[in-house]
Amino acid sequence: MLTLNSRNVVLEGLAKGQRSMVLRLRQGGPEPLSLEQNEALFMQSGAAVGPGQTVLALERNANAAAHASGRIIVPDEFDYLGDGDVLAVELERPAVRVLYRRNSRHNSFLLTERCNHYCLMCSQPPKDINDDWIVDELFQAIPLISPETRSLGFTGGEPTLLGERFLRLVSVMREHLPATALHILSNGRRFVDPQFARAYAAIGHPDAMLGIPIYSASSQTHDHIVQADGAFDETVRGILNLKTCGQKVEIRVVVHQLNYAHLPVLAEFITRNLTFVDHVALMGLEMTGFAKANMDALWIDPVDYRQQLYEAAAVLQDFGLPTSIYNHQLCTIDRRIWPLAAKSISDWKNEYRLECLDCGVRERCGGFFATGRSRLSRHIRPMREN
Amino acid sequence: MSKFQPLAAYDAASDGQYQLLPLKFTALDRNRYVVTNMVGEYAVLARETVHALARHTLRPSDPHYSELKAKHFLRDADSDVAVDLLALKSCTRYQRLADFTALHIFVVSLRCEHSCPYCQVSRQSDDRLAFDMSKETATRALELAFRSPSPVLKIEFQGGEPLLNFPLIKFIVEKALEKNHEIQRDLQFVITTNLALLTDEVLEFCKAHGVLLSTSLDGPADLHNANRPRPGRDSYERAVAGIKRAREVLGHDGVSALMTTTRASLGRVRNIVDEYIAQGFNNVFFRSLSPYGFAVKTKTYAAYDTSEWLNFYFEGLRYIIELNKNGRPFVESYAAMILTKMLTPFDTGYVDLMSPAGVGIAAVVYNYDGDVYVSDESRMLAEMGDKTFCMGNVHERTYEELFGSDTLLTPLEESFAGSVPMCNDCAFEPYCGADPVYHYATQGDFVGRKPLSGFCEKNMAIFRGLIGMMEEDPETKRLFRRWAAR
Ligand code: SF4
Ligand code: SF4
Repeated sequence: MLTLNSRNVVLEGLAKGQRSMVLRLRQGGPEPLSLEQNEALFMQSGAAVGPGQTVLALERNANAAAHASGRIIVPDEFDYLGDGDVLAVELERPAVRVLYRRNSRHNSFLLTERCNHYCLMCSQPPKDINDDWIVDELFQAIPLISPETRSLGFTGGEPTLLGERFLRLVSVMREHLPATALHILSNGRRFVDPQFARAYAAIGHPDAMLGIPIYSASSQTHDHIVQADGAFDETVRGILNLKTCGQKVEIRVVVHQLNYAHLPVLAEFITRNLTFVDHVALMGLEMTGFAKANMDALWIDPVDYRQQLYEAAAVLQDFGLPTSIYNHQLCTIDRRIWPLAAKSISDWKNEYRLECLDCGVRERCGGFFATGRSRLSRHIRPMREN
Repeated sequence: MSKFQPLAAYDAASDGQYQLLPLKFTALDRNRYVVTNMVGEYAVLARETVHALARHTLRPSDPHYSELKAKHFLRDADSDVAVDLLALKSCTRYQRLADFTALHIFVVSLRCEHSCPYCQVSRQSDDRLAFDMSKETATRALELAFRSPSPVLKIEFQGGEPLLNFPLIKFIVEKALEKNHEIQRDLQFVITTNLALLTDEVLEFCKAHGVLLSTSLDGPADLHNANRPRPGRDSYERAVAGIKRAREVLGHDGVSALMTTTRASLGRVRNIVDEYIAQGFNNVFFRSLSPYGFAVKTKTYAAYDTSEWLNFYFEGLRYIIELNKNGRPFVESYAAMILTKMLTPFDTGYVDLMSPAGVGIAAVVYNYDGDVYVSDESRMLAEMGDKTFCMGNVHERTYEELFGSDTLLTPLEESFAGSVPMCNDCAFEPYCGADPVYHYATQGDFVGRKPLSGFCEKNMAIFRGLIGMMEEDPETKRLFRRWAAR
């Protein structure tokens, strides 16, 4: 698991007077590079530092950075950093947060920790605080991101609670990163306001998709899972509004004890009522955040909902809805739906078990959340391709 | 005290009260019922469950409760999005009504060199003047066709054998394409032909103008030739050779085939399917003979009854399902259309299974002499001397007069299944059709008494059969879902 944040940093010679700065790293070489204002040199031994330049160095290379005018010394675990990566440096705390890694396929930005849901299995428990600084920082970071980036994610909290500022962020993405697919995790409720849906559509982002959860076709169950009354109706109407405006929508279903039994009914509901959505993701439960606290209410061994998961996936697939299964170990799901299973768990969380060493399908298995150790399927066993 | 609330805190309907949304139920077998809602979603329920549902005593804890709520059979105080969704689905279902007539059939000649005993209309004659459509009539009919607001205009050439009047087909296609320059519809052409008279000239023209061919294939050589006598007794050989040549020029999907079931076909359904596969087709459409015209006269139609036809149909369907399970994808088209209505929010626009009926408003026929009929069957009735369904002549009436005529509107209104005895209570009504021409031909009025209707008997058996098969076997259900979604 990669370390993305650390307070164990030393800052020297950096301009004061602001809370934080956002920097893009450049890989240093034997010749000095000319750096732009928001850039810092990622110090390797032997790299040349130009006058007035800021460098970021691992602890083990700290000496080589000694003569740079500004210095950020970070623990050796950050050795994965490279050219084009973007990070925030908090000057007073001090601290470093990696915002974007150019070589990763899983970059995403948390837009706010506020949320109007309080999902029983939330992996990012919401906080009711003013965190407007996050978006301020993003407005600085986005222009520093490589335009070749294939995709980026927006998460929360509930990003659309930012209202106008959310829309502006999407516009900025479109302006600076028009070739980058944008995936936004939202509960979709804000789009119940047709005007908001239209304003979002009017941005005209060429490749944005909203990932919106529906956990059950029963309003009671959905509202209970997200701990918000009336959420189901608003989410469904939000999706209808978005599709009326021609926007891409993905439906995301996390499967657990409270909803697995009616998973096939939900799949039929989607094909019948929301047949125009662009993608459906059936997802395993990540045992982190609130899910840990509600473990007894939520946990079910994936092997015990194998039948329902198969049925639901089959319904969606038969009707031609693009469908993926995320966060499931292949040995726990019906082999007929293996082709839908994606290697989905973000790379910095992905780990395997001892059993997996002999497994013939490890290359395309979803693996485990490193955070999920507390509960494991009793059916982890090596599989063969046929 | 947890910071999380229990389910009850989010359940505005915890008193167990619910409202029924519009629904109908019909027995599937001794113990089970099929329940459908107004847009054709269905559930198969035990008799007790239907009772409980109708008496408002179904408990929210009952496993069927969420299913019935999700399928919009009931709604409770917790959610009111069901009504919006039902409205949306109804719009989707009836979208074609607003588009109006898409299929325009031009009978370019009544003449034919075949003499099929069950054929309702054709003539063995060389009298072009008497039985071919004229350019003037074609021009006027084309003007009317382009008056239809439908974004898709499909022009189908029928006969007789339409290739006997190929010059007129060329004339119509070229004129239609020219008109379409400004009007910009999705314009499609099909020639329904026995292929016996197929020439290179015809194929080159079809290729250059995107014209497709639809032919007849009744089964293996002996069956096909017995059904379709022509001088030389080589109808099958000519059809098969024609299919091959047509594919070489137009591509594999440039030609499709239709079969007709005669007495001789009964018991040979597997041979028929095998023949279709041998000829490289991926689907077959099992069609029964219609009770019109010469078919009734010669008693060919009466040569088998609905139950015999149903045996034929289901034997064929089971055989096709077996083929699919053994890795040979193959579709029965009639089932596929019905399954689309059962399993998806969409309607297929198949004329016989529409209510309001599809006659005139989904398809219309311009006969060789300029008379306009609400359907192909109704011009056959006219050949027997009954012009009840003739909307008028292209040379005498305007578009408004033709399509606003009582000849069209009265049967549409009277036959509407939603308000017809028996259909209005029938769970299968969302899948079924009105077919006023059939009921007029067999019972003398547009509605007919459904207990005596072969149309009802046939379709109800198929609806029950398809649902029963899906309930019985999950693999069949998966196959059917794929057919429905095609
Ligand atoms: S043994 Fe490991 S790698 Fe193989 S399917 Fe199971 S979880 Fe995946
Ligand atoms: S015709 Fe028969 S099957 Fe069709 S809706 Fe009427 S009663 Fe039902």
